[in-house]
Amino acid sequence: MTGGRKNGEWAVTAPTFVWLTLLFVIPTFLVFTIVFKPSDPYGGIGSGWTLRTLFSLGNPNYPAILWRTAWLSALTTALCLALAVPTGYCMARTDRRFRNTLLLLVIIPFMTSFLVRIFAWKVLLHPEGLIKRGLVLLGLAHSDTSLLYTPGAVLLVMVYTSLPFAILPVFAAAEKFDFHLIEAARDLGATHAGAFFRVFIPGISRALFTSVLVVLIPCLGSYVIPDVVGGPNSEMLGNKIAQRTFSDRNLPHASGLSAILTLAVLIPMVWVVLSQRKRETGGGGSILKDIV
Amino acid sequence: MKRSRFPMAVTASVLVFFYLPIAVLVVNSFNASVYGGRWEGFSLRWYAKLAGQREILHALENTLLIAVSATLVSCALGTLAAFALHRYRSALQRWHFTLIYTPLVVPEILMGMSLLLTFVAAGVRLGLFTIFLAHVTFCISYVAMVVLARLQDFDFSVIEAAQDLGANAWVTARRVLAPMLAPGIASGALLALTLSIDDFVISFFVAGPGSTTLPIRIYSMIKFGSPAMLNALSTLLLVVTFTLVWTSQHLITKGEQAK
Repeated sequence: MTGGRKNGEWAVTAPTFVWLTLLFVIPTFLVFTIVFKPSDPYGGIGSGWTLRTLFSLGNPNYPAILWRTAWLSALTTALCLALAVPTGYCMARTDRRFRNTLLLLVIIPFMTSFLVRIFAWKVLLHPEGLIKRGLVLLGLAHSDTSLLYTPGAVLLVMVYTSLPFAILPVFAAAEKFDFHLIEAARDLGATHAGAFFRVFIPGISRALFTSVLVVLIPCLGSYVIPDVVGGPNSEMLGNKIAQRTFSDRNLPHASGLSAILTLAVLIPMVWVVLSQRKRETGGGGSILKDIV
Repeated sequence: MKRSRFPMAVTASVLVFFYLPIAVLVVNSFNASVYGGRWEGFSLRWYAKLAGQREILHALENTLLIAVSATLVSCALGTLAAFALHRYRSALQRWHFTLIYTPLVVPEILMGMSLLLTFVAAGVRLGLFTIFLAHVTFCISYVAMVVLARLQDFDFSVIEAAQDLGANAWVTARRVLAPMLAPGIASGALLALTLSIDDFVISFFVAGPGSTTLPIRIYSMIKFGSPAMLNALSTLLLVVTFTLVWTSQHLITKGEQAK
């Protein structure tokens, strides 16, 4: 019987296990191996082993690009959270019928083609576009100021594309949150802001961690947004990976940069896992318990 | 009790922020002007021009071919995986879960890059087939997660009841399990289809000559093409998205009312 059960388990597990091992696990490790391979003149991977690529990663331009990738991603995440928390809160507190409409309005941009959303901003920020002309009309911008091809444009569009991903987890948690707790806190003398920050925020903290991850990680790997609305002074790590892959066709170099990106992505992930573990063992909900 | 107006103001601004660029794009698609800077009268010329573009039609064909085949394969694999994860509690399934969960948190560019390296190292010719393999790989995780969520509120005693009543494994799977899982699989499939149709980054890395998909085509239009025609194409895509989201949302609320 146990033998049959084991076979049954293998039969339903093996297909995905094998598929993902071949096309996800091995490729990920391959990124770290190809760094030590030379490139061949046809844009492929040569034979033998070399440390040349590893040394060429010491390119003096790279620290600036890494730093920009980090701060643009961190700022995008912070802005998304600052907008997502009040929005999720408001959605959860409106009555049921209106709430479904609001949810639909957040899901539509979430499901809309990623490229179309970026293109829409390229049109708006264009020197002939609506925003630029509006700003010039109001005297807020000079007619030669460029809105497009700046780090600010990259930040704006990254917030635009990531915001639905930040709102949905916050809303899902806020919908389950017991708002009587806020009323209790108010009855006990808390201010609006006090109740919001000391009762609501700790109550949805798990969702906040989810929001940080789903915004921060894709941002670190951004490539299309800085490519379309950014200029040479707003390049990110993803642009360099794409350049090495498509323009120079130096796959070992591109894979070295990808290895750096993999490590950069692991940092926030490990941070979230560790802080959630601490939260569970330490009394994370203690603030709530004190008030109730 | 009086509530703060601040969250409502933020929500309203967020919605304006979401829809303003989309609205401008849709309006501009009917603008006779080439650059869309100012309104030069209503026109359908960009739509007419779009209809004459053979390359776009061909790219759409490729996209749909990949999307449908990747959805079918990833649904079969993802459902099987969700079943395994739910049915068995073992060390193997903990590894299995990690294996399925991790692709969800890996940036697309890393997945595209690592798959490209694999295909190049293994000597696989880049083209529609490699795009298909890549799409199945990232769709499996989404389908498995959606179906698993569905399985979690599933009463397994029904299966035991069916077996007690003399149904064999095949009949149980077909007559009991499949109908109960159908809504979960359907929403997983819808998600896989949407993700596959929309994917640009991974496809761009593993595409070869002659395997241009619609997003790859759109990308080159953004970089080098005429914005006016792209406005028209984007508007058509938006209409498809609106209809899909509205229909699926409608089906979900109907399903909830039926309970």
